[in-house]
Amino acid sequence: MKSTHVTHRSLPVLAAMFAIAGCGGSSGSGDAALSGSIEIDGSSTVYLISEAVAEEFSLVHRDVRANVAFSGTGGGFKRFCAGETDISDASRPITDSERTLCAQNGIDFIELKVALDGVAVTVHPQNDFVQCMRVDELKRIWEPGSTIRRWSEVRPEWPAESIKLYGAGTNSGTFDYFTEAVMGESRASRPDYTASEDDNVLVQGVEGDRYALGYFGFAYYQENANRLKVVAVDAGGGCIEPTVETIESGTYAPLSRPLFIYVRTMSLARPEARAFMDFYLEHAGELARQVGYVPLGADEYQAGMSLVQRSASGS
Amino acid sequence: MAAETASFPGAAGLRRRKRTERVIARLLFVFSAVSILTTLGIVAVLLLESARFFADVSPFEFLTGTEWTPLFRPARFGVLPLLMGSVLIAGGAAIVALPLGLAAAIYLSEYAGDRTRAWLKPTLELLAGVPTVVYGYFALSFVTPIIRSILPGTSIFNAASASIVMGIMIIPMVSSLSEDAMRAVPQVLREGAYALGATKFEVAARTIVPAALSGILASFVLAVSRAIGETMIVTIAAGSTPALTLNPFTSVQTMTAYIAQTSFGEAPQGSVEYNTIFAVGLALFALTLAMNVISGMILRRYREAYE
Amino acid sequence: MTGQPSGVQRRPTGRPTDAVSDVPKDFQPRLRARARAGTVFAGLCFAATLVGVLALAALLADIITDGWHRLTPGFLSGYPSRFADRAGILPALVGSGWVLALTALVAFPLGVGTAIWLEEYAPDNRFTRAVETNIANLAGVPSIVYGILGLALFVRAFALGRSVLAAALTLALLILPVIIIASQEAIKAVPDSIRLGAYALGATRWEAICHSVLPLALPGILTGTILALSRAIGEAAPVILVGALGFLAFVPKGPLDGFTVIPFQIFSWVSRPQVEFQELAAAASIVLLVMLLLMNGTAIWLRNRYSRKY
Repeated sequence: MKSTHVTHRSLPVLAAMFAIAGCGGSSGSGDAALSGSIEIDGSSTVYLISEAVAEEFSLVHRDVRANVAFSGTGGGFKRFCAGETDISDASRPITDSERTLCAQNGIDFIELKVALDGVAVTVHPQNDFVQCMRVDELKRIWEPGSTIRRWSEVRPEWPAESIKLYGAGTNSGTFDYFTEAVMGESRASRPDYTASEDDNVLVQGVEGDRYALGYFGFAYYQENANRLKVVAVDAGGGCIEPTVETIESGTYAPLSRPLFIYVRTMSLARPEARAFMDFYLEHAGELARQVGYVPLGADEYQAGMSLVQRSASGS
Repeated sequence: MAAETASFPGAAGLRRRKRTERVIARLLFVFSAVSILTTLGIVAVLLLESARFFADVSPFEFLTGTEWTPLFRPARFGVLPLLMGSVLIAGGAAIVALPLGLAAAIYLSEYAGDRTRAWLKPTLELLAGVPTVVYGYFALSFVTPIIRSILPGTSIFNAASASIVMGIMIIPMVSSLSEDAMRAVPQVLREGAYALGATKFEVAARTIVPAALSGILASFVLAVSRAIGETMIVTIAAGSTPALTLNPFTSVQTMTAYIAQTSFGEAPQGSVEYNTIFAVGLALFALTLAMNVISGMILRRYREAYE
Repeated sequence: MTGQPSGVQRRPTGRPTDAVSDVPKDFQPRLRARARAGTVFAGLCFAATLVGVLALAALLADIITDGWHRLTPGFLSGYPSRFADRAGILPALVGSGWVLALTALVAFPLGVGTAIWLEEYAPDNRFTRAVETNIANLAGVPSIVYGILGLALFVRAFALGRSVLAAALTLALLILPVIIIASQEAIKAVPDSIRLGAYALGATRWEAICHSVLPLALPGILTGTILALSRAIGEAAPVILVGALGFLAFVPKGPLDGFTVIPFQIFSWVSRPQVEFQELAAAASIVLLVMLLLMNGTAIWLRNRYSRKY
């Protein structure tokens, strides 16, 4: 009897102590009382990392809501520069016009690299005639106004079956990146393909069509590697398949790229957002690898954390 | 008058009750106004937001253009591929649902005994109660593999799968409404036909169905209108490639799927995508409204008057 | 023409006819052939009906076999996750519960109130008929158009954001016509004698309705409302427009919170290519169907238990 009496009375006191400790702390590690919400939107490629971070973070900080959506890199920036999100996932750097938009709306931000990625070109697993494609072949297939309909029009020894094309939607950073890398001009693409910001839909498509050809983030290929066949890309230096090593070293060209997140400086003033950012950079390496991307070096993440620290303290 | 000034027992209570009566009557009228406001709201929102779209794109191009590529360069805003997708799938659904639904209605109305009808009719109604997202899953996981095993060239996202499943979904609409129409035909007509030596088949096919024709046709139109307005089955199973095609074994995009797929990540206000949502929504609304109105007209105009 | 009852037209067939009955002389009753045709036809009609039943069975079998093994207590109490084995539908369940409650709260009074006004108060003029036609048309508007309305009106104009409340209001508008029509039918079914009796005892119109008509109409009204609500929780399209979230690590705590609902979670999972997520979608579908079964079962029980014949 006595022990329960003591517990009941001391509970509110203990709770108050925790609350005070939580409110006062700013380093973000080990605080149990963080709450609030963080809005993240943008690239479906970077989504995989942000989603993983948000999920792991929420296991530690139950009361912080990290909402992650994937409207596409372009869509994410539009919302970010309108002040609707705290963090924008991007699979390509911010453009000048987006920078201007943010400046116009008074949104200050920092740019952080979080991982390296490749754009994987894939075909159906039972496709036995494609092992490697040259960049100019990809260009001929995908450029605006392309009239190529069949595999045999690309290389005569390939079957005369129609190519079913699957690719990133126009809001997607992968779209901007692929078109820039292959066509030489961002957003220049033929329009008659199955487009989706959701890379899962593209995986489903390529996996389901015998003569399909698709491009999407390397992580989505990795996740579904047993259901897809990847195509090696020859940029003039031989056929290189996308792997962690070739992406990290940059030999998988021209389709290796860095992945970014853009963080609003104002958001860093909130303790939960600050804690989230620290958590992100701390774990991005391991989570990126888990999800199928290539982590950066530890010093790059450290540099990122210093940048966050400097921005948060109002410089 | 007399109530205000009379002084019988309960007079004050009566005044109060009359006041309450007036307040309630007004309150209920305001409630009813919500339904009118809803319609006005739909029309206003669609028209006002589409106006922004039509300031940039001519309605003529919208209604007659054959390419829908709003987010590419060059951007094309012809709604016909989306319309074709909707019509193709609704047509396929009609091919499935109209004969099956009508036959089921004839069976339930003319042949089935009361006990059979007691379980058979609710079972068919259950088809209408299954959420459309579950139908979408069924289309993708069950129907599409079957189609692809029969016709290996079929895309994984195709119109045929969505059509078949949507047809299954609207069978109860056709069968219930047609059956109601057929049961409303007075017994004397049946008895008269039997008296003239007709078999049950002939009574059903040549007397009842023609007599109930207005209700049956109205149910057809309503079912097709429902098929055109359906979103989830097509979004999951039919694809996202706008195509002006009659080939049901490739991927198409319907008006409803376009709206849903474009809104999946939030479209920022003022963007091209945001505006196209309203323009396509307006087209969809106009089409389904027209079909519903026509269905009502068929019902009223051609209804046989009995006694 | 001889032997013709007045008003009966007979097309002249040009064939020689029997003098008395005007039946063509070569008329063959062909009873057996016609009877056979009849049996074939009956069989076809029965088969057609069976197609519907079999399709339903196939759907249920598909979903249950795909999803059954994922229906664990962890599934029902877990949060969505990128790991299929960890994923659960707790936020979706709670979100659906919230949305259901708020939708009912808004739609029930509005719907029943409108039905009462239409049946008891409104004069029988063109305006009233126009309102009724309008409601019938609203019932046929595609659910995604309601979603568009909800997006522009509740999410943007009323600035409710992508919240439970916005979704509930949108769905309330969606099912309002259904509730109105069902309630109207229930009120219409109450015989006039009840009302007249109440008036004779000195009741005002509202008192007559409230104390005499509504109690008798209530079972029908509730049945219609429950059926309408069961439609509301199965809807995904308007919810997509209003902005349900795909990845939720929390359950909504208030009406202005972000949310997700079960149909939307199913849609999210279906869109992922991995088989495990398809199975999760099937498992969530089972949960949804069970909820619907409970709701519809309640509605039918209500109807059978309380409805009376006058």
